[in-house]
Amino acid sequence: MDLSRLIQRGEYEWELPQKGSMRVPGILYASRALVEAMDEKVYEQVRNVATLPGIVGASYAMPDAHWGYGFPIGGVAAFDPEEGGVVSAGGVGFDISCGVRLLHTGLHIEQVRPILPDLMDALFNTIPAGVGSVGQIHLTDLRMSEMLRGGAWWAVEQGWGRPEDLDHIEEHGRMAGAMPEHVSRHARRRQCDEMGTLGSGNHYLELQEVADLYDPGTAERFGLNPGDVVISIHCGSRGLGHQIGTEFLVEMAKAAQASGIALADRELACAPANSEVGQRYLGAMRAATNCALANREIITHLARQTFAEMVPEADLTLLYDVSHNTCKEEIHTVDGRQRRLLVHRKGATRAFGAGNEELPPEFQQTGQPVLIGGSMGTASYVLAGLAENEERSFGSACHGSGRAMSRRQARKLWQGRKLVDDLRGRGIHVRSPSMRGVAEEAPDAYKDVNEVVESAEMAGLARRVARLRPLGVVKG
Amino acid sequence: MGWELFYHEADEGIRGAGETLAEAFEQAAIALTAVVTEPELVAPRIPVSIEVTDDDPKFLFLAFLNAIIYEMAVRRMLFHHIDVTIEGSHLRGVAHGEPVDIGRHQPAVEVKGATATELFVGQKDGHWQAQCVVDV
Repeated sequence: MDLSRLIQRGEYEWELPQKGSMRVPGILYASRALVEAMDEKVYEQVRNVATLPGIVGASYAMPDAHWGYGFPIGGVAAFDPEEGGVVSAGGVGFDISCGVRLLHTGLHIEQVRPILPDLMDALFNTIPAGVGSVGQIHLTDLRMSEMLRGGAWWAVEQGWGRPEDLDHIEEHGRMAGAMPEHVSRHARRRQCDEMGTLGSGNHYLELQEVADLYDPGTAERFGLNPGDVVISIHCGSRGLGHQIGTEFLVEMAKAAQASGIALADRELACAPANSEVGQRYLGAMRAATNCALANREIITHLARQTFAEMVPEADLTLLYDVSHNTCKEEIHTVDGRQRRLLVHRKGATRAFGAGNEELPPEFQQTGQPVLIGGSMGTASYVLAGLAENEERSFGSACHGSGRAMSRRQARKLWQGRKLVDDLRGRGIHVRSPSMRGVAEEAPDAYKDVNEVVESAEMAGLARRVARLRPLGVVKG
Repeated sequence: MGWELFYHEADEGIRGAGETLAEAFEQAAIALTAVVTEPELVAPRIPVSIEVTDDDPKFLFLAFLNAIIYEMAVRRMLFHHIDVTIEGSHLRGVAHGEPVDIGRHQPAVEVKGATATELFVGQKDGHWQAQCVVDV
């Protein structure tokens, strides 16, 4: 990205000045090196989002921002429905409520190392992953609607989860306002065999070791100690979310065209939040969010079953579950006034700080855990939300490292089998049905996650708590 | 004429070109399969009908791709090629493919949906072209 068009506001803060049809400025939070490495399309997309009706504050980009569709991935924007604010299907993305959860295992690395290959085999054989995979759960239309209303609560009621997990999930495990009646027949059909499946691409289940602590006090409160083995699960709302995104993206794009709304980019397809289509989308999107929460709860159940057989002394407890493709109704103070806003985070994580009433009691002093997934050969991070960031970006942070190159470029540079062998040599056991998929997800196809989280911390978005080193990966 | 994948940082761009609009769509459909696997690895054993309508050729293209993506997802199939006929705003197609075989196809990613990013349907350099970015 050409820095000459930006105004540097701080070492890690860059302003894209408001001009033309922009209603607010753009703000990028990242190091100079990361901003320089960003595609020019990120500049265009941050600017375009700033033109949307009812936007409040600024159009934000997180340190891992990259070229998306309509919104940048790593984009955050809040809209006020009472001032004509919009809801945008493109601002949430196709994989609605895609997210990460982190589980303690109660195990130390020395207990896991001798059985790691067998454990990874067992997890790979238990948790459906990859293109065309199906789960053991087959939902009728009625049960589908119950799931879409109940989210992780529904999964727990079915015996596929623990009640104590629920408070450790955003929205306390169930997003209010879901309207399954606005979830189409096609979306339901795409989902009926996909509950409890990981998906493909960058989705994974990863065993990790707590490698370094940056904030020992918070780490202790989060129950993270060096050498602890934890599990990260990254996946979303599967075919149901993809279909809802597909349908509303087209519907909103057509509606905008028909009503003569001049969109800077067709992919910004949006509708006034209080319009009929806006309300329908919100109802369907919230149902898809519940689908994602239920899906991650079921995968957790499958992981618990596997550990119970392989390592009976393990106890898988949930630290937290965050979503990073979302639109949430939140109350924020803007210019001294409390406003109810629709905060879009596309490839961005909510990062609420200490004292936020949305958080359960155990995180009231620390802020929420912010879970950042890296590539399978590098590292993931646990951060903690900062109260002061609610003024900077409505309490948001990055979500991962972001791709540094396309999948096609990665395929040309790496071979899946060799990558698996090389990673095994480094003590990382990869299990995947597709060697082509592994090549496309090569660690070096991603940006440096260390630099991304350092930028997040230095920009005041969240603070680093712990670095997690990968031990084993189930890749879709 | 042919198909190709074009650059997008996180997802994949697909492009088809042909002497007619229908041929451009057919070629883009092969590019869609190429996002997932090598098209030549897929056997055209089972036909699946596809039918979509839209007055705007750009939205017709998105509807066509999304119909293929839907059939790939619910039938758990991959398609070798698709025969397309377009009459006015109406498209009829027959997709020829087979169920996903993980070992043989080594499918890398599911395609989630077709986006309007880099969407273009029209004539360019004396032939028809259809392209967009698909989310994976």
